[in-house]
Amino acid sequence: MSKSKSRSRSKRLGFWLVILALGVGMEALGQFEIIDGYVMQVIELIGINIILVASLNLINGFLGEFAIGHAGFMALGAYISAIGTVKFHLPFVVALLVGGLLTAGVAYLIGIPAFKTFGDYLAVITLGFNMIIVNLLNNIEYVGGPRGMVGLPKSTNFLWVFATTILTLVILRNLVYSNYGRVWIAIRENVIAAEMMGINVNRAKLKAFAIAGFFAGLAGALWGHMLQYINPSSFTYLKSTDMLVMLYLGGLGSLTGSVLGATLMTGLLEVLRDFGVWRMVISPLILLIIMLTRPLGLLGNREPRFVVPKEPNAAEEVSHNAPAAR
Amino acid sequence: MSFLEVENLEVTYGAITALRDVSFSVEQGEIVTLVGANGAGKTTALRTITGMVAPSKGRVIFEGKDLLKVKAHNIVASGVTHVPEGRGMFGNLTVMENMELATWTRRKDKGQLKKDFDRVFSLFPRLAERKSQKSATLSGGEQQMLAVARALMSKGRLMLLDEPSMGLAPILVKEIFRILVDINRQGTTLLLVEQNAHMALKIAHRAYVLETGHVVMQGSAQELAKDSRIREAYLGG
Repeated sequence: MSKSKSRSRSKRLGFWLVILALGVGMEALGQFEIIDGYVMQVIELIGINIILVASLNLINGFLGEFAIGHAGFMALGAYISAIGTVKFHLPFVVALLVGGLLTAGVAYLIGIPAFKTFGDYLAVITLGFNMIIVNLLNNIEYVGGPRGMVGLPKSTNFLWVFATTILTLVILRNLVYSNYGRVWIAIRENVIAAEMMGINVNRAKLKAFAIAGFFAGLAGALWGHMLQYINPSSFTYLKSTDMLVMLYLGGLGSLTGSVLGATLMTGLLEVLRDFGVWRMVISPLILLIIMLTRPLGLLGNREPRFVVPKEPNAAEEVSHNAPAAR
Repeated sequence: MSFLEVENLEVTYGAITALRDVSFSVEQGEIVTLVGANGAGKTTALRTITGMVAPSKGRVIFEGKDLLKVKAHNIVASGVTHVPEGRGMFGNLTVMENMELATWTRRKDKGQLKKDFDRVFSLFPRLAERKSQKSATLSGGEQQMLAVARALMSKGRLMLLDEPSMGLAPILVKEIFRILVDINRQGTTLLLVEQNAHMALKIAHRAYVLETGHVVMQGSAQELAKDSRIREAYLGG
């Protein structure tokens, strides 16, 4: 037992060292301009998209619902944090957290009526909220109306995005493969049986929605402070659709899939930039081919082994005391 | 007052009346079975008890408590577990994870949980072998065992079972019923719904016969098994 424990500890240390090296290495490459500013910004965009897609995966993949208005939450995070830095001159980190937390609160409130339905109807309701948020922002003069907000400080840099992305993935992974995450999966697999098990289905769904909202809010805040300019039309259902495409490309119910989907799709759109309008033909075509050949996405419901934690200790202990198998 | 008392239950689905004036009771320590053909209302009766279906009339009293006022997800905590028709697997979760979910309402009590896992695995050695296998990959019989094992892990005092023999080979049906008797001897009261009247009447103490939504006969299981009308209708003459 102690041997395997120390092995898993050294493994964990190894993981964090790799992450640290990756972060510092990339930052150094950026500082010495070995990677140019444009590529660096694409990499930051990939990180932000990973946060968005992974948090959407919590609802659509692990909880098994169908929400299609994620850009609404991203907008809230972007605007709330921008108000924080531009109007109240809050430090970036405070604005970031306030953006995430308030978005989580709004997501929770939206969830209350939304989860009275499920399936297609939930999709329509979340889409509706996405539109409401965009229209509200369009009509609030305090945040610039349709012109949007300018003059956001350039606070987002590679390290911010990198750290937030890693943190998001680690937190989501720990949640999803904990007892609590199993409740979400149980709801996805069989909602009636889950309820018979004594699980408060509605509360579990609301928690997932709020958590997803929190991370989408963070992503929005990072995005706004990367571009230094936000306007409502950046957060329409088209943005939500982009996230869905990345999610389904990577595969539902797989955090690794979300990383892969967001990276590939974001990268692809940049690589195809030279093709002009044609890139909007080529990338959907690639998506079509992948969906036809791999309908569950690249990694649907699967993770590489190192992502999933070992069976909990309780299970191990039981096996020693259980009677010998026949 | 009985352990479980169901009084004058009436359930309608739209214009269709599924249960009409159904009353039955279960005493502590008993195995009681509801037998009847397809569409007799057996499943509806169980679902009403655990709050999945709302009745238009009637009362459900368990240990003196009105169960109709308890929300579905709190029923388990009141001591009633339900093994649903079709087993209700969480297919993508392992056997162990399925069982751990059943302990959700008492997850803090680690020491007791370990004892309970040991006890349930000793009843179902086959599940112990397949602990880390995804439940969707189990055979039908193993899935039914898991459904029962899961309900046991919730530690109810009354267990409702909906067609545990459905879709299983006769030898497995025998095994499941043998385990049900064991579970009952260890102190869990069972309310069993079955189309397989033969097996159900063999292990039950008392039985109720449901026909198109109401109770047409009741009595000790032994007597009913001998009754000529029952023999003709459900036991193949």
